[in-house]
Amino acid sequence: MKHAAHTTTVLLLFITALALAPLLLPEFYITLLNYIGLYAIVALGLVLLTGVGGLTSFGQAAFVGLGAYTSAYLTTVHGVSPWLTLPAGLLATALIALSIGIVTLRLSGHFLPLGTIAWGISLYYLFGNLEALGGHTGISGIPSLQVLDLEIKSGRAFFYLIWVVLLVFVLATRNLLDSREGRAIRALRGGSLMAEAMGVNTPRAKIVIFTIAALYASVSGWLYAHLQRFVNPTPFSLTQGIEYLFMGVVGGVAHVWGAIIGAGLITILKQWLQDWLPKLFGQSGNFEVIVFGLLMIFVLHRARDGVWPIITRWWPQRPTQARVVVEAAPLARRPMPKPGSLLLEIKDATKRFGGLVANERVSFSVMAGEVMALIGPNGAGKSTMFNGISGVDPLTSGTVIFRGQRVESLPARDIARLGMSRTFQHVRLLAGMSVIENVAIGAHLRGNKSFIAAACRTDRKEEARLLREAAAQIERCGLAEQMYEAAGSLPLGKQRIVEIARALAADPCLLLLDEPAAGLRYMEKQALADLLRRLRDEGIGILLVEHDMDFVMGLADRVLVMEFGRKLAAGLPEEIQRNPAVVEAYLGGVE
Amino acid sequence: MDMQIALLLGQDGLTNGAIYALLALALVLVFAVTRVIFIPQGEFVAFGALTLVSLQAGKLPGTLWLLLALGTLIALIDGALALRNRQFRRGLWIVSVYCVLPLLLAGTLFAIPAATLPLPLQVGLALMLVVPLGPMIYRLAYQPIAEASVLVLLIVSVAVHVTLMGIGLLFFGAEGSRTLPFSDVSFSLGDALLQGQAVLVVVTSVLLIMALYFFFERTIYGKALRATAMNRTGARLMGISGTLAGMLSFTLAATIGAFSGILISPITTIYYDSGFLIGLKGFVGAIIGGLASYPVAAAGAILVGLLESYSSFWASAFKEVIVFTLIIPVLLWRSLKTHHVEEE
Repeated sequence: MKHAAHTTTVLLLFITALALAPLLLPEFYITLLNYIGLYAIVALGLVLLTGVGGLTSFGQAAFVGLGAYTSAYLTTVHGVSPWLTLPAGLLATALIALSIGIVTLRLSGHFLPLGTIAWGISLYYLFGNLEALGGHTGISGIPSLQVLDLEIKSGRAFFYLIWVVLLVFVLATRNLLDSREGRAIRALRGGSLMAEAMGVNTPRAKIVIFTIAALYASVSGWLYAHLQRFVNPTPFSLTQGIEYLFMGVVGGVAHVWGAIIGAGLITILKQWLQDWLPKLFGQSGNFEVIVFGLLMIFVLHRARDGVWPIITRWWPQRPTQARVVVEAAPLARRPMPKPGSLLLEIKDATKRFGGLVANERVSFSVMAGEVMALIGPNGAGKSTMFNGISGVDPLTSGTVIFRGQRVESLPARDIARLGMSRTFQHVRLLAGMSVIENVAIGAHLRGNKSFIAAACRTDRKEEARLLREAAAQIERCGLAEQMYEAAGSLPLGKQRIVEIARALAADPCLLLLDEPAAGLRYMEKQALADLLRRLRDEGIGILLVEHDMDFVMGLADRVLVMEFGRKLAAGLPEEIQRNPAVVEAYLGGVE
Repeated sequence: MDMQIALLLGQDGLTNGAIYALLALALVLVFAVTRVIFIPQGEFVAFGALTLVSLQAGKLPGTLWLLLALGTLIALIDGALALRNRQFRRGLWIVSVYCVLPLLLAGTLFAIPAATLPLPLQVGLALMLVVPLGPMIYRLAYQPIAEASVLVLLIVSVAVHVTLMGIGLLFFGAEGSRTLPFSDVSFSLGDALLQGQAVLVVVTSVLLIMALYFFFERTIYGKALRATAMNRTGARLMGISGTLAGMLSFTLAATIGAFSGILISPITTIYYDSGFLIGLKGFVGAIIGGLASYPVAAAGAILVGLLESYSSFWASAFKEVIVFTLIIPVLLWRSLKTHHVEEE
């Protein structure tokens, strides 16, 4: 807790310094700080988009321009109050961001940045060629901002406005990241597969962060228009859009404060280079881009996390223990199906990868309150079957009926909502996040507070309940001591148990476990078997893929053997052990 | 619009479209082999054209200094590595390729007045100055992080692009230039006049595309590149070096870029930053092909050329807006067509 206090002190010192700056510094530095603030607001959006969500945009400058031009046009031509043009600009930005998002975000990750490059160029030329927007000369005579009788006209007055907005956005972003939706966003970087299987609507999450980043940029543009009281297309060009991304990456794109550091560094460096480079080269021009480009390549080669993590090495970070799970009401549980009733039915499941048939007309069922084991040599198509059932990689043909409903063509997140949860053969945890946060992702569908609630912290009650649930599942799986450790620091066997806890946090009635015992020691396997027996007794159906025969035979109620994508045998464990075809598949025939 | 103007615009569109198609092919190639989205492609267009301009004006092109600088840097890095591993022959080879060859080229340029040489030799010199920059940039900027995500590689691409653009401004200044036309021949087709240069551009592009096809189908290096594009790990296991494949694809892309620039420089004024927009139009074509299909990318690029040409007639101020907004419906169409879950 002492470290947490340390961080707070640094933050308070920073805010005090900011508050005093306009009283002490000369005009030049105030102007510089104003620009740093404006840029940092944009870069903050990129932190959310790039650092946290793993997406990126080179078109942020165009969104800044949209905010600025909307206000410039409406205030000068139609005499609208600046306080009304702000929502107008935000609305325009949101509409455009949503449409770009919708058309690109279903495609691979690099189509969004390419789309934003095109959009950045096309908006720049549009600003420059529309008569109504003053063409390349721009719009002048934009009114200043007024609060009651007070006119925010001077750079010093504007300084407070800009930095208050920035700090509010930083706070809101931090709050958002530390919430249910925030975890869903952070899960995007771990690949959408896991997030979808936990019920996260990943396209929606991507569109939301892209829109938030665009809205931040739009606010920055509105502030810019009324600070400068003049706009032309130049500051909204693609070059500036690229510079915003540089700010984020150099500062540290995974940290909210990295945005401010990056904006500060690049702005000051630019100022300095613009003074010196033309003298050095004996001609004028934007030569600072050479240095920025090289700096950027260097940062991406040598310090991909940017400057911020290097700075924070100077003072100890707040350990995650600082967060205590408070007592909260437990989450509502879903009604469990009656033990022995039909839970899952697979009919003629077939999966083809081009010419390779990974599953061929496989049929079986799982009852509530039983452990069904799926075994077979490597390459038999077990994990493919799991992906088909859970909707992660849908079947080519065949039907999957889960709790009386056909689900083979539903997306993974909808299947998860019906009460199916799974683990992955190759562990899919977010290595940098704590165990409890990873497990809480599993409970994603059991909360419903929105992004806005998270940003304003009105989601705390629900958040406490979600974390309590996550903590309870971790304890149940025997990992209470590792609850606040980074998931990536655990040995692989324990990481598999974290995956089980995460699946349990979803309150499933069917659990799909892909090799849960791999990498566990004998005692740990015993504990896992005990846990699975208890879950079975609670009425949960378990479908298990596992190679450890002692583990499987001691636990399973029924066994299905697969080989080369086909069903080889099915029955009680004892029958399977005696089945000559199975013995031959595993041990090879007698020569 | 009468027939004559329509034909003229069509000719213009096809000429530009052929160039965009060449660039689109190079972009698809580089992306398939290295996962790099090669934004700096456009700089090679500008560098190729402006280097030829310098040579024809009897000036030393700035790209020579860049070549010497990058060559020395690589020789220092790789040479030191070779020395540390006691591979003296390899060290010698590195120094001769990266330092001695560029120096010989520099010596040639100092000794012979390039302006008096016949055009094909000037073009050859310009290509020798610009093309090696491709693999050199791959070695320095991309190869150390070849395993990074597409996103990181894309950001590096943008960084390389702005660096080269700044360097272009430094070397060639802000004024635009044209090279001397390759031929003054013109043909008349009905009412319209076919410009010799335009015909040359289209014919050369087609020839280059055929050469590329031959390279990929018939040569061992072409097959190695195709193998790498299909499965990087598999290709490596078969002994195809990822670094070699990367440098080879960058050499091809740089050649295509520089040559495209040289082809269009007699008919279009090229500025230090013109390449970027030209390259991006190739990109729109490549994106129509989903960054994967060569024929669709080429067809898309020709479509972009025609669209640009006709929109410059009706709404010339908005031609860039129209061309780059085209990407949105294209992306929508691609988005509706794909239904796969993206995974590492």
